[in-house]
Amino acid sequence: MTTRLLFLAAVIVFAALPAALAQDAGLTLPKTVQAGQSFAVSSSGNGTLYIIGPGQVLKKSVRLREPLQLPAGSLVNAGHYLAILASDSGSQSATFDVLPSQNPARISFLAEPSRLPVDLSDGVAGAVYVFDRFGNLIVNPTPVSFELSVPSGTPQQHSVVTKYGAAWTKMSTTAHEGIGSFVARAGDVSVSRSVYQVAGDPCRLTMTVQPSRQGLQLQTDPVRDCSGNPVPDGTIVSFSESYDGGISTADVPLKHGIAKVDLPAHRGGLLSVASGVVLGNQIRWEK
Amino acid sequence: MLKTVLISALLFPGLALVAASPAKVSVDPELSTAPRPLEPQTEQAAVRDYIQSWQAMQSGFDQNRPDLLNADFVGGAMNKLAGTIKQQAVLGLRTHYQDLSHKIQFLFYSPEGLSIEFTDEVEFDLQVFDHGHLVATHHETARYLVMMSPSEVRWRVRVFQALQG
Repeated sequence: MTTRLLFLAAVIVFAALPAALAQDAGLTLPKTVQAGQSFAVSSSGNGTLYIIGPGQVLKKSVRLREPLQLPAGSLVNAGHYLAILASDSGSQSATFDVLPSQNPARISFLAEPSRLPVDLSDGVAGAVYVFDRFGNLIVNPTPVSFELSVPSGTPQQHSVVTKYGAAWTKMSTTAHEGIGSFVARAGDVSVSRSVYQVAGDPCRLTMTVQPSRQGLQLQTDPVRDCSGNPVPDGTIVSFSESYDGGISTADVPLKHGIAKVDLPAHRGGLLSVASGVVLGNQIRWEK
Repeated sequence: MLKTVLISALLFPGLALVAASPAKVSVDPELSTAPRPLEPQTEQAAVRDYIQSWQAMQSGFDQNRPDLLNADFVGGAMNKLAGTIKQQAVLGLRTHYQDLSHKIQFLFYSPEGLSIEFTDEVEFDLQVFDHGHLVATHHETARYLVMMSPSEVRWRVRVFQALQG
């Protein structure tokens, strides 16, 4: 009985041998290969060579003691690969790594926001991922420079080193509005994003009042932010008039830098102006 | 009973893989240098979607169907994995990946929240079939670098790249 069990066990083990893998000196290949570069695989037997990984698969015939030269471009996707030499006598295997090229060829650059107020500290953020020419993320530390150029003032520059292929920075906007250029550069590759620096909230919002045919005409002075930039047309300015316990309001967009509206005249009425969270002056109409 | 399982595993290795239990997942959400804090909901969603992406990858490679990757992968990762599946089909190959455990370490959450990067030390079994015949089985532990980005309703894998062992 024991002999029969041993025999059965032996049959099972031998039947499973072709499917079993082990690192074997009969299959020789480099431990690491640069993406896209040629390399040689040598073996002590004939059979079929499989190179298996999620990034790529290859299948080649190999002959005894004849190194198989895999030409440049055979394996371009970085990753961990399993090489299997399958033959009638069994399987040999080895693992190896394909490494990204060290030369940046493409930058994925995320910059946000693309439109933001002037004079905002750390207002714009940029993050990059650096890839080689095969689309592999370059995981070795790689210098990256960020530069934010604006219509006026000197460009801001930050230099950082990628960690696991990623790098980021934050930069501040300057006091003057206009289109800025946010550039990320790694090696010879650069990517640019436009950053629109727009005027901030209105500052020192003031209005004047004059009698008109309809009653009163309220008109702001040219509306500017605290850095002196004209606030964009279309920005809503709210006028209000309080009288005898009632209130009437009118929302008016800026046009050519000013807002104006006609309201009925109420003796003793309190007129006020605001835009967003910014309050302007108040005028009591006594005439 | 144990002997039956052992023999079944030896004679029919695929059976053992089919019966495998869900992979164990451990997560270290600590970000060393973070331009943006990683909220627990974001971490959980990214991990959930990443683990699901392994299921999609396993099915895609097992059935040689790149379309099964569509919901979980995007960009470079999608192109590379789909390309590999197409290569497999041309060569008459099929691979069966079975993830056993994941050890996830978050690395980077970009300032604008549009990408998240982490490593995953994953333990998995791999079977290689050539025209339906089992060529090899292999047990492997590899460390993957993963970058995910949000889409309409989920996080999708944009970079999936093993690091040097």
